[in-house]
Amino acid sequence: MKRLLSGNEAVAQGAMEAGVRLAAAYPGTPSTEILETLSKFPGAYAQWSPNEKVAFEVGIGASMAGARALVCMKHVGVNVAADPLMTFSYTGVNGGFVVVSADDPEMHSSQNEQDNRHYARFAKIPLFEPSNSQEAKDFLLEAYQVSEAFDTPVMLRLTTRISHSKTIVECGEWRQPEVKGFKKDISKYVMMPIYAIQRHRFVEERLERLREYAETTPSNRIEMRSKAVGIVTSSISYQYVRDVLPDVSVLKLGMSWPLPLEKIRQFSDSVNRLLVVEELDPFLETELKSAGIDCLGKQYVSLEGELNPERLQTAMVDAKILPEMTFVGPPFADVLPRPPVLCAGCPHRTVFYALQKLKANVLGYIGCYTLAALPPLEALHSCICMGASIGTAIGVDLVGGSKDPVVAVIGDSTFLHSGLTGVMDAVYNKSNVTIIILDNRATAMTGGQNHPGTGWTLMGEPTHQADIPAIVRALGVEHVVALDAVDFEKAMATIKDAISKPGPSVLITSEPCRLFPKKRRGEPYQIDLEICNGCAVCLKIGCPALFASEQTTPKGLRKAEIDAAECAGCDLCAQLCPVDAISVMMTEEVE
Amino acid sequence: METTNVLIVGVGGQGIILASEILADAAMQAGMDCKKSEVHGMSQRGGVVTSHVRFGKEVFSPLIPRGSAHVILAYEPAEALRWCHQLREGGTIVVNTQRLIPPIAMTKEYDYPMDAIEQIRDRGVDVIVADVADICQELGNPRLGSTVLLGALSTKLLIPDAVWLNVIKKRVPRGTEELNIKAFQRGKEICVEAKA
Repeated sequence: MKRLLSGNEAVAQGAMEAGVRLAAAYPGTPSTEILETLSKFPGAYAQWSPNEKVAFEVGIGASMAGARALVCMKHVGVNVAADPLMTFSYTGVNGGFVVVSADDPEMHSSQNEQDNRHYARFAKIPLFEPSNSQEAKDFLLEAYQVSEAFDTPVMLRLTTRISHSKTIVECGEWRQPEVKGFKKDISKYVMMPIYAIQRHRFVEERLERLREYAETTPSNRIEMRSKAVGIVTSSISYQYVRDVLPDVSVLKLGMSWPLPLEKIRQFSDSVNRLLVVEELDPFLETELKSAGIDCLGKQYVSLEGELNPERLQTAMVDAKILPEMTFVGPPFADVLPRPPVLCAGCPHRTVFYALQKLKANVLGYIGCYTLAALPPLEALHSCICMGASIGTAIGVDLVGGSKDPVVAVIGDSTFLHSGLTGVMDAVYNKSNVTIIILDNRATAMTGGQNHPGTGWTLMGEPTHQADIPAIVRALGVEHVVALDAVDFEKAMATIKDAISKPGPSVLITSEPCRLFPKKRRGEPYQIDLEICNGCAVCLKIGCPALFASEQTTPKGLRKAEIDAAECAGCDLCAQLCPVDAISVMMTEEVE
Repeated sequence: METTNVLIVGVGGQGIILASEILADAAMQAGMDCKKSEVHGMSQRGGVVTSHVRFGKEVFSPLIPRGSAHVILAYEPAEALRWCHQLREGGTIVVNTQRLIPPIAMTKEYDYPMDAIEQIRDRGVDVIVADVADICQELGNPRLGSTVLLGALSTKLLIPDAVWLNVIKKRVPRGTEELNIKAFQRGKEICVEAKA
């Protein structure tokens, strides 16, 4: 049956066809929908783990027990899971094991655009790179065969464009094989030096056998057209090459590590000029060059950002493969931007506005709160990686690097992902940092997924709800206080008090997210334009429901208005208004 | 058969993703190869959203090459202005007249282009103006905007009406099928009126 599926949905469908018994992940754009889709299929089992490392290890256990396992993460998630990945390469598998790395060229929703193909080479494991949803499914099935035939974990690398584009997929039958069972095999699974030495030799031999496989798999194919130019490519770049350069010959690599160097050499010999077209790093190009195959690539195709047809066209004009071209109609350069903002009514807004007023140096990380770095709030001052806020705040504090208060902010999902050890460090090493846990009981930025603090599993079952205040106390923090994210004055007082206390303190909010698990709105507010004096205090909180009115004060200041359809009724603007011009909108009275 | 390119543009939360799903589904049901692509993530929070839909005999890139959209369906005038350079020569842009003015328009650096539609017309582009809010009010349901716009779009594409109606019936909330079909028809009339 043919269906229009995103790359992520196709991976979920492939997992059912491959007989995957367990899938584990931590949510992260652009990978999140794989498990969300899979968890809804009858007979599937999928789980959110607290972080990528745990998800990976749960997958390893399932594989050791003889079940096919799938673990999924965004590119930076693989950094978190890199420790088990590097050694699992040595032990190899029992049931097939595939790790999906969903990379984000262009950083549509990420803090860097690292190229995770390097991880496959680094860990010496095979790598598959689909160029559409059909291949995402087909390569996943091939990856499981390779995993079991060669005793290796396999990486399937998607990119945002593959994960989120929908293309037509021929869907097949689902199957559910028996779990083979755990067998004690100390020399295979216990990586102490005596056994790890043997397994390292195995890994090197395995790589040679995989190289031979790469030469013969139909997933690496030569499409001969004109001999003038030959292009080696993989992933989404293949599709752009086909559109922009329909007449060139192509070597399309579906399995791009280890490389089929003989096939590439044969292709190179059959064309007059060889180019490599790949997104991000010169991964293929460097390998080709070090194998003595003459080619060019990054001289023309940028290693920054996402490739697209326009960028490839420009690169091929540079390479003199395409003639000069002019595009009809230049863009209107000065159309105003629409930077994303915290949602109307978002409880984080109260806290960040307070932190701005307190002139705090706020250490953060990636999440909804990262939006608080943008104007007009500008109340978040660092973003490195998941959970980094606490460690970085401790560092700033310990060197006496800040005259202003040092505050770390962290969400509930991230606290459970990688915040506990940071809090432990603050206590252990006697830091004075103030840590604010913004507990809205959702992994909000990625779409409101459950986590151990919500009391619900991915499969929709009720479960134990991690008690964050109790955890923090158990870690040794004495000053653990609830932080009101509704009342601005109270929030200011609580934060001020915590900052003045010696030793680490932890403040915890409890206002739920406005979007998840259910959209939550109150009565909308309105501004009395007769009273409004145009001071614009309300416009400084970055609420998308507030806008500047056409009306001005006698002094020519623009008054403010509220878009009732957008207003969520949180009342923060009303609390801040110095002339009390903002009040709940009167709904029509019923007679 | 040449690949047809439709670019749908607007602001996060306007229903662009669902509209592009319906279009892509209709193209597939009409027996064509089809690809569709947009970006999720941070753009959901009130940011710019674009969705590329391409269909034909065999589609390669899921992204529309620069300046080759046959039709742009713009949910918002400033977004129409932002993206109208992606239109190919002889293409059509359908613009919903309802403005969404972002908070950034209050700052001194930025102004909302109140004359967006005129600016596009000045380029000699074929513009179809759709007063979607009026039609929704007339039909008594504010959530029909996407269907109205799809109706307008349908007059520019070679997908049979029967296919459109089937997909719309399948995709809209149960109980609103008839209303959505009415909205689709009203959308089609916009283009007929524009021609007359």
